[in-house]
Amino acid sequence: MQRTDVRDVPFRGGGFRPKRIRFIGLAAFIAPIALAEWGTRAGWISPLTLPRPSDVLAIFGELLETGRLWDHLIPSLTRLAVGSVLGVSAGIAIGTAIGLFSYIRAGLVPLVAALFPIPKIALLPLFVIWFGIDEGSKYALIALGTFTPTVVATYGAVDNVDRTLIRMGQSFGLRWLSITRKIVLPGALPGILSGLRVSLAIGIILLVAAEMLGAEFGIGAFILQAGSLYDLERLFAGVVILSALGVATSAAIGAVERRLLSWRS
Amino acid sequence: MDLRLDRIGHGYGPVEVLADISLDIPKGEILCIIGPSGCGKSTLLRLIGGLERPDQGRVLQLGRPPKDSLNPLTYIFQDFALLPWRTVRGNVSLALEDHNLTTSQATEIIADVLARTGLSDFADAVPKQLSGGMKQRVAIARALAVTPAVLLMDEPLSALDAQTRELLIDDLVQLWTRQRFTAVYITHNLGEAVRLGHRIAVLSRRPGHLREVIAIDTPLADRRLGDPDLETTQRRLWDLMRDEAAAADRELA
Repeated sequence: MQRTDVRDVPFRGGGFRPKRIRFIGLAAFIAPIALAEWGTRAGWISPLTLPRPSDVLAIFGELLETGRLWDHLIPSLTRLAVGSVLGVSAGIAIGTAIGLFSYIRAGLVPLVAALFPIPKIALLPLFVIWFGIDEGSKYALIALGTFTPTVVATYGAVDNVDRTLIRMGQSFGLRWLSITRKIVLPGALPGILSGLRVSLAIGIILLVAAEMLGAEFGIGAFILQAGSLYDLERLFAGVVILSALGVATSAAIGAVERRLLSWRS
Repeated sequence: MDLRLDRIGHGYGPVEVLADISLDIPKGEILCIIGPSGCGKSTLLRLIGGLERPDQGRVLQLGRPPKDSLNPLTYIFQDFALLPWRTVRGNVSLALEDHNLTTSQATEIIADVLARTGLSDFADAVPKQLSGGMKQRVAIARALAVTPAVLLMDEPLSALDAQTRELLIDDLVQLWTRQRFTAVYITHNLGEAVRLGHRIAVLSRRPGHLREVIAIDTPLADRRLGDPDLETTQRRLWDLMRDEAAAADRELA
């Protein structure tokens, strides 16, 4: 029998799967910058409303040339590093303890829940009294700010470790410490690292806030000075440095994840 | 070392899961335990290995485990329970790490069990690279590494496809023929039970009690897929279980 009506079956699959597309991310950065450059040059954006991107770039050149960039960047990076190392390591330790011990969980989970929503910047005066107006109070602020999200992410990650693996460890008579070190912690690592992304972003926000409230050098101080003079070019240069800092920490965690979590399927 | 279950009963809250189970597990024999789903087979296995405490009755060790046995009661799990961040060698090594072995002793044991399970060429692979059958072979190698007195196998082949299952049954028979081990083998697959069990204990549905114990005399190595005697035994097991399985299927959890 001759069939006349022959067609392809229409495709209906796809499953909403995200595709990896290159250069779109870059274009999303470049397009608004190019638009601002064009607008400020052509005159339909007043230089009072938005600085010209090429002027911001010139500020960077000047900062590099005079070495002022490092005067501000190095204290900021030190504060961020010291504060977040303190906060994150304490957070991982406490979070693991909450995950492993029911008594500690019962005692500390409500406390952490109470600490988490406090805007840490509101506590800066207290920290200034406790730790001094200098670096101590800034370290403490960043440490506390990164501590709470790390705790929450860590104990969630420990809770999510495959129970059958822990039971396997027990069935082979492994010691408690071995089970913790060889099964629980590696199993919790993916969750801990994704918590770290959030913690470090919060750390950067607090860094700037602390530097705005009392510091001579630092990105926050730099932005504040520029802002009070309505020097929009400098203000934007500062903001760009912060964004770059955010992108860099995120990329660093991504690199760590690719290295340590290659076992994930 | 033999094991004896002495009037075991167990429940979770108000739900009675196991009732009055007495069984002997003599050395060198594979005991299969079958029963409808939810009859407490896996619970029974956890009780035997000391991962849970029975509410009633006792699990007894008769005699001492051999001196070289690092972990007398060793499990093989349905979902393999391999550490995904360790290689095949690392996963086997995990079971040995808390036993104060020298590096050369451990290396020797690992090489031996990997050879016995045909995994020597895969020592450096990680679990995500392996098929389900290979993963379970790694778990078997890990269990053999600690020279168990009794292997406790919880539906070890249930997560595998039918062809892989056949291959692994052959592997297990070969391992047993070469070096007789004692095992309690939980399964819901009657075909596996008649191929691997010297005796087959049939549990009723919840609360599980012992319905019958059937012995099969044919040596393991002579049992073949589709053997008429085995088919008869399998049919008999199914007749024993059918109504209970149907009833269990209609139960709310």
